[in-house]
Amino acid sequence: MKNEHLIACHDCDLLHRVSEIPDGMSAYCCRCGALLAQSKRNSVERTLALALAGLFLLILANSFPFLGFKIQGQSRHVLLLTGIRRFYISGMPWLALLVLFTTFIAPLLQILLLMYVLLPLYLGVKFPGMFVLFRWVQKLGSWSMMEVFMVGVLVSIVKLAKMAQIIPDVALFCFMALIFVLAACMASLDPHQIWKQWKTY
Amino acid sequence: METVEDVLIPETVATAKAAFLLSCPVCHLLVRRPPEASTGLFGRCPRCGETLHLRKPNSIARTWALIIAALIFYIPANLIPITTVTSLGSVQTDTIMSGVIYFIATGMWPIALIIFTASIFIPVLKLLILSFLVISVQRHSGWRPKDRTRLYRIVETIGRWSMVDVFVVTILVALVHLGALANVEPRSGVIYFAAVVLLTMFAAMGFDPRLIWDVKEPEDECEYFPGT
Ligand SMILES: [Zn+2]
Ligand SMILES: [Zn+2]
Repeated sequence: MKNEHLIACHDCDLLHRVSEIPDGMSAYCCRCGALLAQSKRNSVERTLALALAGLFLLILANSFPFLGFKIQGQSRHVLLLTGIRRFYISGMPWLALLVLFTTFIAPLLQILLLMYVLLPLYLGVKFPGMFVLFRWVQKLGSWSMMEVFMVGVLVSIVKLAKMAQIIPDVALFCFMALIFVLAACMASLDPHQIWKQWKTY
Repeated sequence: METVEDVLIPETVATAKAAFLLSCPVCHLLVRRPPEASTGLFGRCPRCGETLHLRKPNSIARTWALIIAALIFYIPANLIPITTVTSLGSVQTDTIMSGVIYFIATGMWPIALIIFTASIFIPVLKLLILSFLVISVQRHSGWRPKDRTRLYRIVETIGRWSMVDVFVVTILVALVHLGALANVEPRSGVIYFAAVVLLTMFAAMGFDPRLIWDVKEPEDECEYFPGT
């Protein structure tokens, strides 16, 4: 049959013949239940728009203080990078690097690479190295930990609430919005559809 | 290298391995492999550039090594303080567990539960499940492969949440830095803890769930269904 193609399950290696999947539908492995492929409507346009929004939010979130701390008339407003710098000064450069990577570099790279791959697909042109770079978008996924960081923010606020006054700052709202935008961006991305373009390029 | 979009495979259900195909771990492209070679280097995926393997290389040994390393680091991660809090002359050091106890003592159960789950329960659970999976593969167990694959997927997904405590320390040391009035300093326990999280994440990535299925033949009653 035409339009059928072969996929091996990621988790159990079973071969499947998958025909064209209707929009909004998913195909699962019949043996282990892993997700084989998904089809999403307007995936490229939607993901591109969300990636652009994510880029702005990520820059804003790291340009302004996200939390303030006030005790006995003294106050302090900090950026995410403040904590990373303090790890570095305290002689923990690797920890500083890990936090920098998981909360800033990985999401930033993911957004930038995603735009580099999706923009030419949207415009119907070819950029060099698109597919090799898209591989990195997929691999960076498990290292981008914005939502985990947000839980850390909540725990910290509760922890410090008894000790001093905690003031949520502008960038905190950017962080919150960023998490939703990033989640929506990754949810609207259809990797399968992007990999399929390889033949035509 | 010959890539395969559609190929005649036997009518009975087969695995990519049995059909002499390599499946790219990132982009799922199928590439034909020489029938005689079952191990070794197969070069890179022509589509995305990822290194191709029949199975993740040295999966068992690598996963064991990372599990043991994580276990070793788990001890200092829990014994050595993660922060020192100075507040108006009083000095207090906190370990991961004392943080949990503090939240319980002050009645903040939900937060205590979050920290306990993320920092203590999840790392231990991950190490236990991964050890179980590796042992079951080493013993060529045919026990409930579907459930074991499910366990692997859980381990893969929850690992990142252990980083919560590292981020809490990041925020605390950034905010509470007002000299003698109030100050939080990071202590080396947090490095060991971060190492445990990283090692368990790498251990999960190194394990190949397809090994669970390699011991058995695909079942005939299995039929594929596109879409749900
Ligand atoms: Zn499967
Ligand atoms: Zn590939």
